Amino acid sequence: MAGDKPTLVVEDLKTFFFTKSGVVKAVDGVGFAVRRGNIMGLVGESGCGKTVTGFSIIGLVDSPGRVVSGRILFNGADLLALPAQQMQRLRGTRIAMIFQDPMMTLNPVLRIDTQMIETVRAHEKVSRQEAWRRSRDALGRIGIAAPEERMKAYPHQFSGGMRQRVCIAIAMLHKPDLIIADEPTTALDVTIQGQILYEIQKLCRETATALIWITHDLSVIAGLADQVCVMYAGKIVETGDVDPVLDEPLHPYTRGLIGSVPGHSRRGQPLTQIPGMTPSLLDLPTGCTFRPRCPRADGACLESPQISAPLNGRQVRCFHPHVGEGA
Amino acid sequence: MSVFIIRRLIQSSLVIVAMSLIVFFSVNVIGNPVDILINPEFDQEEMDRAIKALGLDLPIWQQYLHFVKNAFQGDFGRSFVFGESALKLIIQRVPATLELAFTALILSILIGIPLGLFAGLRPDSPVSKTIMGGSILGFSLPTFWVGIMMIMIFAVVLGVLPSTGRGETVTILGIRVSFLTWDGLKHLLMPAVNLALLKISLVIRLTRAGTREVILQDYVKFARAKGLSDRRVIFVHVLKNILIPVITVIGLELGNLIAFSVVTETVFAWPGMGKLIIDAIQLLDRPIIVAYLMIIVFMFVTINLVVDILYSVLDPRVRLQDIKA
Amino acid sequence: MTEMPETEIQTNFAAAKAPAVETSLRRFISDFTENRIAVCALMVLLVVVLIAVFAPLISPQNPYNLAEIDIMDGRLPPGSASMSGMTFWLGTDDQGRDMLSAIFYGLRISLGVGAMSGFIALCLGTCIGLAAAYFGGRVDTVIMRLVDLQLSFPAILIALMLLAILGRGVDKIVIALITVQWAYYARTVRGSALVERGKEYIEAAHGLALGKVRIVFRHLMPNVLPPLIVVGTVQVAHAILLEATLSFLGIGVPITKPSLGLLIFTGFEYMMSGKYWISFFPGIALLITIVSINLVGDQLRDVLNPRLQR
Repeated sequence: MAGDKPTLVVEDLKTFFFTKSGVVKAVDGVGFAVRRGNIMGLVGESGCGKTVTGFSIIGLVDSPGRVVSGRILFNGADLLALPAQQMQRLRGTRIAMIFQDPMMTLNPVLRIDTQMIETVRAHEKVSRQEAWRRSRDALGRIGIAAPEERMKAYPHQFSGGMRQRVCIAIAMLHKPDLIIADEPTTALDVTIQGQILYEIQKLCRETATALIWITHDLSVIAGLADQVCVMYAGKIVETGDVDPVLDEPLHPYTRGLIGSVPGHSRRGQPLTQIPGMTPSLLDLPTGCTFRPRCPRADGACLESPQISAPLNGRQVRCFHPHVGEGA
Repeated sequence: MSVFIIRRLIQSSLVIVAMSLIVFFSVNVIGNPVDILINPEFDQEEMDRAIKALGLDLPIWQQYLHFVKNAFQGDFGRSFVFGESALKLIIQRVPATLELAFTALILSILIGIPLGLFAGLRPDSPVSKTIMGGSILGFSLPTFWVGIMMIMIFAVVLGVLPSTGRGETVTILGIRVSFLTWDGLKHLLMPAVNLALLKISLVIRLTRAGTREVILQDYVKFARAKGLSDRRVIFVHVLKNILIPVITVIGLELGNLIAFSVVTETVFAWPGMGKLIIDAIQLLDRPIIVAYLMIIVFMFVTINLVVDILYSVLDPRVRLQDIKA
Repeated sequence: MTEMPETEIQTNFAAAKAPAVETSLRRFISDFTENRIAVCALMVLLVVVLIAVFAPLISPQNPYNLAEIDIMDGRLPPGSASMSGMTFWLGTDDQGRDMLSAIFYGLRISLGVGAMSGFIALCLGTCIGLAAAYFGGRVDTVIMRLVDLQLSFPAILIALMLLAILGRGVDKIVIALITVQWAYYARTVRGSALVERGKEYIEAAHGLALGKVRIVFRHLMPNVLPPLIVVGTVQVAHAILLEATLSFLGIGVPITKPSLGLLIFTGFEYMMSGKYWISFFPGIALLITIVSINLVGDQLRDVLNPRLQR
């Protein structure tokens, strides 16, 4: 909806980890915006900083990590300037997070209803019965049959897909404006994955909740997201609406990612791969961090490229983008 | 659940049988049973009578059955020193030992868990480092020496606490307990603290290790992401996960405390089982030794059994696993 | 796609390999010395061991030579002088023995008994543990049941039981201590050995048809050694404490070879009359020894524990 202020605007976010072996620049100048009801995919390989970005937004970066600079504007207010108490009030109510492995995210020794009711009552003074009712309804909305029974159970009595639904239900209890989902379907079977993706998409459209979906799987993004941000070694290398980016990737890395998805190659043709390995964040190459693996790198790439100005909603961080070429 | 209990019961019974075999054969094969079981002061005629009565002229396996039969009836022979039934003498002393052991256990929990929790949550604070340093001291200290020093400081030099013995007792349900009287408490304090010292260190270390491990878990992060207050996160989510392994270890430690009370009872002249057995060993009062060993094995096995059951009750994963099985 | 320049690939690889130049021994030493307290403890421990070993040479007096003690010197407080002009830095006991010397000799017994029983228990436990891991199946189950059974009973109880049956004597105490300790070693060794056995390099060694003994000693042992060392230090400390406790209770070492525990017992009866030094100083000596062993053991554990290695 043009004219609406975006729910979340991240500006030049930098989160560093100060370890014994050196400073790890996990998030090094990341910026993007997410609108109401839109789904933004944050894509990249393991270790590129996408999860840390998620934690930085919700304010749960553990030491030795720390948000060093930048702004995170949530409904206009800078989260990084908020006192801890206020941030805690926002968590779970206006901003919620879903984690990757639901077995470990739910406390194994507490019942499901306990874990849901406490979320309600942490932020609102309601009776136990009322909190219980809301939890039951939330479970029903996410597609869990016979919620009254299931609420008395313990996490290990559920299947992986069910557990993740519970986590989603918990995230939606207070109808947040923003949900950050960190690889929520990676640990699940493909069929369950499909169901959960569908449920989430439906819910977000219905409630106009902004969603950041963090994943390394491009194919998930293709079917789910409205916008996509591709991250590499702590920086965003390309961003834009999903269809244009996937149809005409500008950055060589994005191109490589798409190329390595099996569906894209023709039968009998070898899979295209990106040569080399993701660099260790302690030992980054000079200049463009993708340079050692990039087929288009040359002397110019010894400088660090900046992200380009937005053009048709697209931005890229490269000296030699694939302009004007198809996939 | 019942399958679990039955299986454990069978295991426990086997252990008791094994121990009875060991005790029996140690006494009857390693030493000369005549010397061990019959009062050496008897003259020949009395000895012959005793030998017959004890069945020492029978083959060894029959003697063992004899032993077991008597054991079930509570007959472990008569003490050489006191002349009374060995079992009765020991049972009389059990309440005193249990009182001491339980008090020490409670002290170690009440002091150890909070300190360990703090040390785990703020591992780099100077207070934590002091606590951990103190815990090393705790299990390096020789208990008996600390006991002596405590007596010297508090009883001899400062004169605030009584040095030895048990205080006034009150009888509840036929058992004499001393913690209900002020005098009793004064007498109980030093021995209980002395006995607890080792365990406090253990509990602190255990709780701290547990805390540090649990704090890193995803569910703690998720709880914080839900916006729960730090207090709730620590005291509900973290604590409940730590308590399960900690409590089971502590439960097993009760057995250790009962055994180790031997030392504290000797130092403080506390009239429990421990003092009895030490005296018995020095005076070679074998029936008491045999009776003590069997009773303590029995206690141990029972405690282990109860702790196992408790563990399955507390940890829903274990409990429900058995239902499915 | 164009080829990545050769030089780029090589530099990447070289960078990845660089840190492995240090030998593991050097790294171990540098890791260990990170903790200054542990290093201090190690120094203290060395001093204690030296005192114990050289006790007859450095003691001012041989307290067990009847010719050298005089009952008139009995129960003197620390710092007093004897008839013959010798200073009793830590006082004397009831028989007139110099406490300092008695402590030196006592350290000898305490450490000797503790170390000897620890060493034998280690060898015994290691063999049993390796056998259990190597043969597996029935043998393993039986041995482990035995280990579990023994470990479910407190050490002091087992020692009590054995000494009640065997009687007094240094050899009996050593036997009791060995019996109490072997199970810890066996369990630790078996655990490590099982982990290693499952690893691929053992299969590879088998594949190369190396002899069994060689596999065990060249390949298993170096990996089993670290946890063994950690358990060993803890156990030696326990053994020394246990011996002291048993001697204090009167069922440990005989009077002719008094360990620190027995010295403390001797002083027990004098505590009510304020002659603290007879029990106090031996206790301090014991404490210092145990604390140093524990501190060193703690640091060893932190250094050798693979999970904590960054």
